[in-house]
Amino acid sequence: MLRFVSIVIVALVALAGHASAQNADAGHLKLVATFSILGDFAKNVGGDRVSVTTLVGPNSDTHVYTPTPSDAKKITDAKLVIVNGLGLEGWLPRLVKSSGSKAMTVVATKGIATLKIEDSHDHGPADADPHAWQSVVNAKTYVANIRDALIVADPAGADAYKTNAASYLSKLDALDRDVREAVAKIPIERRSVISTHDAFGYFAAVYGIKFIAPQGVSTESEPSARDIAAIISQIRKQKIPAVFLENVSDPRLMRRIAAETGANIGGTLYSDSLTDEKGPAPTYIDMVRHNIKALTSALSS
Amino acid sequence: MMRQRRAPSMRSHGRREFVMIYDALIAPFTEFEFMRRALAGVIALALGGAPIGVFLMLRRMSLVGDAMAHAILPGAAIGFLLSGLNLFAMTFGGLVAGFTVAILSGLVARSTELKEDASLAAFYLVSLALGVTIVSVKGTNIDLLHVLFGNILAMDDQTLLVIAFNATITLLVLAVIYRPLVIECVDPVFLRTVSRAGAPAHLAFLALVVINLVNGFHALGTLLAVGLMILPAGIARFWSRDITGMIGIAVASAALSGFAGLLLSFHTKVPSGPAIILVCAGLYVVSVLFGSVSGLVRQLFPGRHLEA
Repeated sequence: MLRFVSIVIVALVALAGHASAQNADAGHLKLVATFSILGDFAKNVGGDRVSVTTLVGPNSDTHVYTPTPSDAKKITDAKLVIVNGLGLEGWLPRLVKSSGSKAMTVVATKGIATLKIEDSHDHGPADADPHAWQSVVNAKTYVANIRDALIVADPAGADAYKTNAASYLSKLDALDRDVREAVAKIPIERRSVISTHDAFGYFAAVYGIKFIAPQGVSTESEPSARDIAAIISQIRKQKIPAVFLENVSDPRLMRRIAAETGANIGGTLYSDSLTDEKGPAPTYIDMVRHNIKALTSALSS
Repeated sequence: MMRQRRAPSMRSHGRREFVMIYDALIAPFTEFEFMRRALAGVIALALGGAPIGVFLMLRRMSLVGDAMAHAILPGAAIGFLLSGLNLFAMTFGGLVAGFTVAILSGLVARSTELKEDASLAAFYLVSLALGVTIVSVKGTNIDLLHVLFGNILAMDDQTLLVIAFNATITLLVLAVIYRPLVIECVDPVFLRTVSRAGAPAHLAFLALVVINLVNGFHALGTLLAVGLMILPAGIARFWSRDITGMIGIAVASAALSGFAGLLLSFHTKVPSGPAIILVCAGLYVVSVLFGSVSGLVRQLFPGRHLEA
């Protein structure tokens, strides 16, 4: 019996040693980002020095995500956890606590001027809209926050992080310019759309395209007949030219509204998650470019 | 709403009152096609589901409906995994899963000492767990909510046709198995001595239960679909003693709940699915209190209603 126990202990020690040796081997700083867009930012800033794991994968909805035990393990292994904050990842604090992780948590939206959620019927009046990344201007703040956190977590790589971030930030600047130019070409009276998910509050505020949503800010709420009727009346009255489907909400409802109003059905807008490699929006920059193309083609025609 | 309707009638003519009633009750449906479609959908559901609910109740299987609703989930989930939010794939998957659970639990109950309710409970829980697992494996969990809660406001042509088709099948099959079904409810021993139709009729009936639940989940979701089956049956029980009467009342009260529930959702902000079931529940409470057959108030004052 004693021999058995000692064998087990030896085996465990060996395993633990092996595991820590592996960590040292990899040499990468382990990051966990809560969802795909944050993961993309982290990869761009971290470059070769980091390995990024995202908890909520492509095409999934962060609002209603249920963490799995393997997520807890990823967090335990991580040096740095990147979160959006503003209440997007309601499930995260408990997960971090329960995983016993010593990882540093970075709130990527730190320093961003938040918008309030407009629909105060369903939510407390003070709730901030978490979808800040939809404005490229805010995305630059995300990147800066992630860069600073990486420098704190891994001072040796400070120069690399600064260089990566600078080159990525200049790409974002170009993206911002392109979006503004594209919007400028749309006639002012046509700059409004209906989308299933009002994740575009920040986009709307910065670029001046009005987004009207048939559902509340969270994909969890079910619309009432009154909500749908109000949307239809509004489209008819204001002659809103386009209706957009979104990758995480019920498309049948959108088709119904479009059929009843004669508005164009625009392509898919990506809001809360990137697509996988084969999809049209595998990175943040691709996502914004895809969205603005879909918007301009539906609104200018 | 009531007060609004009454106030102007004090000084104006009936015509104005009519306009207000029209605005409140009819206009939502003439103005919006999605309301008409939702109404058509819920009436089709009532036609198919309510009679099934009556038989479930008479066979003391009311909770079986609930169990079966959960059992459908993995089939719908597999259909969803293979082809996204595809109506036919999810319907087919739901039917297969429902039938599998119904038949397996029936087999276990017949061939072992386990009673049917216990074996059904076991199978539906396994099925539910499988369903949740399958949906989460894909990682896209938002669409599970659409399966669980459906959306009666998003009735497209396909969904309406599937619901109407299933309701038609239900009524036809019900007409064929009506006799053995009724006799088995009343006197199963007698049925066994005169006919061997009992077992096949029971199986066909279980199939109809599954079909109507699958039907319901497109409109109301798996959880609320059961409500539009069982509650109208409960209501009917308080107003009639014979099966034909009960079926008529059940269908009528389900359709009325659909109509009033949609209006409630239109005038307030209650989501449509729950609104329909809540109206139905309101009718149920009224029936429990005032129903002519064993309603509580009638029992308290029996003298007034004695008939010659």
